[in-house]
Amino acid sequence: MTLDLSLLPDGGLQWLAPAGEHAAIVLSSRIRLARNLAGFAFPPRAREGERLRVLQAVRQVVPGLEGLRDGVLVRVDECTAAERLLLHERHLVSRELAGLDAAPGAAPGAPTGAPTAGAVVVTGDVGLMVNEEDHLRLQVFRSGFDLEGALRYAERLDRGLGTAIPYASHPEFGFLTSCPTNTGTGLRASVLIHLPGLVLTQEIGKVLQGLQHMGLTHRGLYGEGSEVLGNLFQISNQTTLGRAEGELVDQLARVVRRVIEREEEARRVLCREAGYIIEDKLWRAYGTLRHARSLSGEEAMQLLSGVRLAASLQLVTGLGVYTLNKLLIFSQTAHLMHAAGRPLTESEASVARARYVRSVLAAEAKITD
Amino acid sequence: MLCDQCRERDAVVHLTQIVGQSVAQVHLCERCAAERGIETTVSEPKHPLGDFLQAVQQQASQLPGDLPRCAYCGTSLQEFRASGRLGCAHCYAAFDQSLRELLRRVHGATRHVGWRPTAPAAEGSSALGELDRVSRVEALREELARAVAAEAFESAAALRDQIRALE
Repeated sequence: MTLDLSLLPDGGLQWLAPAGEHAAIVLSSRIRLARNLAGFAFPPRAREGERLRVLQAVRQVVPGLEGLRDGVLVRVDECTAAERLLLHERHLVSRELAGLDAAPGAAPGAPTGAPTAGAVVVTGDVGLMVNEEDHLRLQVFRSGFDLEGALRYAERLDRGLGTAIPYASHPEFGFLTSCPTNTGTGLRASVLIHLPGLVLTQEIGKVLQGLQHMGLTHRGLYGEGSEVLGNLFQISNQTTLGRAEGELVDQLARVVRRVIEREEEARRVLCREAGYIIEDKLWRAYGTLRHARSLSGEEAMQLLSGVRLAASLQLVTGLGVYTLNKLLIFSQTAHLMHAAGRPLTESEASVARARYVRSVLAAEAKITD
Repeated sequence: MLCDQCRERDAVVHLTQIVGQSVAQVHLCERCAAERGIETTVSEPKHPLGDFLQAVQQQASQLPGDLPRCAYCGTSLQEFRASGRLGCAHCYAAFDQSLRELLRRVHGATRHVGWRPTAPAAEGSSALGELDRVSRVEALREELARAVAAEAFESAAALRDQIRALE
């Protein structure tokens, strides 16, 4: 299957356009609901036939559901490895569903692949994963800080889906999931947040520790198990049972609001105490991105973090949040390969990345010194 | 020495496990050890799954003789302990006692509060129609085969009745 990205509504990336609150610090808000269909074993245990029937059921009801009917269904298990990685880079498909990790117990270096009948329904702001760890993983994305809006929309979609295809549930435990850490609401609410100020002032450790005390957790850009790159953190709730969805989201939102305040404060301190050092550092980051001929993924992420900070401090003007968000997604390896139309070696990808970043900055940034 | 679990990284945690009558040595790398909830001095922040798996492990080692097994999908408590994943909705009933304890540890609660699943549409008026009925019969047949294999004859009889009713 060749994945035609132009068919995906807004490429599944509507959130790149900054619309929500605090868009310069919070890149996106996300609500994820884990659901299973009644009458089928959970995907890791299900036989191929069951997984195919789950997919068939989803395929059948989606055209009748508001909010999902315009979605495009992509059979992830029929995509090439590069296409699967690309969907993962867009946060539409998890590592597990993209088959990026070898199956547990497989020999190192064994070929990886997406699980049978793994699929994703993509709209501009929704990704519905099918046959991941749970039969359904509904994700709603919003630009900026808008957890409440994302939750309201997720609730509507969830009601529609749950009426059309009955969910596995338990009178006491609520929605049943493959992993008991998701049981109950099946809800994971998260924000993707840029915290360079707290990292530079070395306050971040305290903040992250504080999150743990509040029953929240943090991860890297790509979610569970991923490292923090470019000062981008995903902050999310950790427990899913015993508190209502609204309450879980409220608590996360309250804490995130405090984190935003502390980040803003850290930025003010940096400018006051070390203004010219910060300014120099950020212009150097911009200069490197604007002129480098080869950029590794990690270096690009670090430098983009600096430029994002410079833009929000208005040290660099003429560089929009949209451009920065776009650079973040499209400078990733699978996206570069997709643009090149062929596989790239690591060094070729670094050259292609530098060229792409230069071209975007030249065309879209109206930088004045 | 390589880690018993991932066979990729060096084992740095060496455990002696006593399960029932047998003693087993387990060698794990830091990451796999952390995943199983075994604390090392340099382990990453603890994930609730770690606590949870540890709890399952403790519970399992207390159980004499055969470990419980889900009659529907065949998942055993032991497999659940190894993977941290339940096999199907019925596992929640099969491992009710262990799960209750674990859910309390992980979430601090066992009772779901919040959105309720929408009541399923009445039989025959299902949005899925005919295909749904056929799928259900097939799914029930698979469950029946599993139940028979697991010698859970009571469940098997109930499943057979459900299949007859649908057909």
